Amino acid sequence: MDETPILQVRNLHKQFGPGCSHCTDLDADHLEKNFCTSCGTVYAVRDVSLDLYAGEILGVVGESGSGKSTLMQCLYFDTDVTAGAASINVPHLAGENVFGLSSQQKRAIRNHDFGMVYQNPIHGLKMDFSSIGNIAEKLIAAGSRRVDEMEATGKRLLENVQIPLHRMKEEPRNFSGGMQQRVQIAKALSNNPPILFLDEVTTGLDLSVQANVLDLIKKIQRDLGISMVVVSHDLAVIRMLADRTVVMLNGEIIEQGLTDQVLEDPQHHYTQQLVYSLL
Amino acid sequence: MKANTHFAFFDEGSKKEIRRATLKAVAIPGYQVPFASREMPIARGWGTGGLQLTLSLIGKQDVLKVIDQGADESVNAVSIKKLVQKTTGIKVTEQTEKADLIQSRHRIPEVPLTKDQILVLQVPMPEPLRAVEAREYMTKRMHSEDDYSGVWLMLFEQIMKYGKTATAADHPVYVNGRYVMAPSPIPRFDNPKMHQSEALILLGAGREKKIYAVPPHTDVASLAFEDYPFQKESFEGIHCHLCGAEGVFMDELVDQETGKTTHQCNDTSFCMEQLNKQQKAEVASVYG
Repeated sequence: MDETPILQVRNLHKQFGPGCSHCTDLDADHLEKNFCTSCGTVYAVRDVSLDLYAGEILGVVGESGSGKSTLMQCLYFDTDVTAGAASINVPHLAGENVFGLSSQQKRAIRNHDFGMVYQNPIHGLKMDFSSIGNIAEKLIAAGSRRVDEMEATGKRLLENVQIPLHRMKEEPRNFSGGMQQRVQIAKALSNNPPILFLDEVTTGLDLSVQANVLDLIKKIQRDLGISMVVVSHDLAVIRMLADRTVVMLNGEIIEQGLTDQVLEDPQHHYTQQLVYSLL
Repeated sequence: MKANTHFAFFDEGSKKEIRRATLKAVAIPGYQVPFASREMPIARGWGTGGLQLTLSLIGKQDVLKVIDQGADESVNAVSIKKLVQKTTGIKVTEQTEKADLIQSRHRIPEVPLTKDQILVLQVPMPEPLRAVEAREYMTKRMHSEDDYSGVWLMLFEQIMKYGKTATAADHPVYVNGRYVMAPSPIPRFDNPKMHQSEALILLGAGREKKIYAVPPHTDVASLAFEDYPFQKESFEGIHCHLCGAEGVFMDELVDQETGKTTHQCNDTSFCMEQLNKQQKAEVASVYG
């Protein structure tokens, strides 16, 4: 690919705890997985660099505790990073390290350039506001002050994700898990963000609903050309969605490449274990 | 006046602290300044915030008016008046234009206020974002970041549910283009009176320990979507059954037996004044 990536992450670190003389030297083998036994510091994300190109889906796989979700939270500014840089290739942010911006500017990026779908809809939706209100929230945050426009956008999105319109004024708390997830996707898409983060979106859904949601994501990518980062521990999901895949273990990227390549010919022994245990 | 109490109930240190918070509030229009709300001889939620402002501001020459939902004679207004009077010996009045300091619950008087007057409003719930965010540190952050999508979302929800904004009172306002503020539970009818007000408007929340202000000549805009403009209560075609006034905020009275509704000025002193004027004119026409 010759174009510049839309999202570029360099040397992202996220640790919980201050670190000690025992563990600050990361090369030395003082850590148990990503955890320092002497001071209790957790190195959740270690030196992660990745590129996301326009219109592609980047898969992130790894076992529980490998730092996938923490990485997503860092990228979506839900949590502050310990070190590292990220740049977004949109005109008003060119060349800027977005981790260094003020919280107000970060909020603007979230509202205009990012969409996020959490594993648990409770984090992404306001459960006691109507579904259409949830979508409007993001539009309001991005500056819309016309009810008719927001209602029209909301209706269009809900139709796209197959929520019957007669239920649009209902609170998502009344909905099934799959419906909640689809409302969340509609909300994340409301501002036509160039970048969408999907964190374990199908985990916990039954198979037919999973297939629905995956279809929907594929369709969105095809129709709108949105770039996505998809986190999952389910290799089938990754195989279906992702163009490229990175494999994380203990906070580090241990392998990356085209999804087919990684899944058919895994190089790292952990990836081999992961792939073969599934097949 | 009781001999053994301090002037205006508070010791000087307390008054100073409240005045300092008040000055800060005036300097940052619409910003909620925390203050050390004192234990008062009336219960929290009965106007202790307003009362503390009144007591810290009142001087020996001042004339006080206290209103409770438009009425000068309601129990709460009378008790507050008595307390201030007993601890200061100042004069009280019911006539809006004669008062220097007006403490009010849930109304702004019908008679326009002047630059020599201060309006003190009692506030039960000073935080316009509380309904969307329960945590104080989060609402503080939202105010500091000018993040008011929550308040807008509440209005949007009301439009979705009821076809219009359904805030009967306490309709949120933008102050000086910066802070979103709860104007206290005044009817929407009174919101425009805050805009470019001649008088200083102070708002005190005793239980929530906050003081905030709208200084004179400050922009106050009621929140409204572009296609759902702000509307105040309409009393078109309705007049007061006592004084005949129109275009003022009315109470609706329902006769339990006949089921007939009549309307009456909510501002009792305004109504009385109209009646007095009419009587004067009548007397003058007969004997003059």
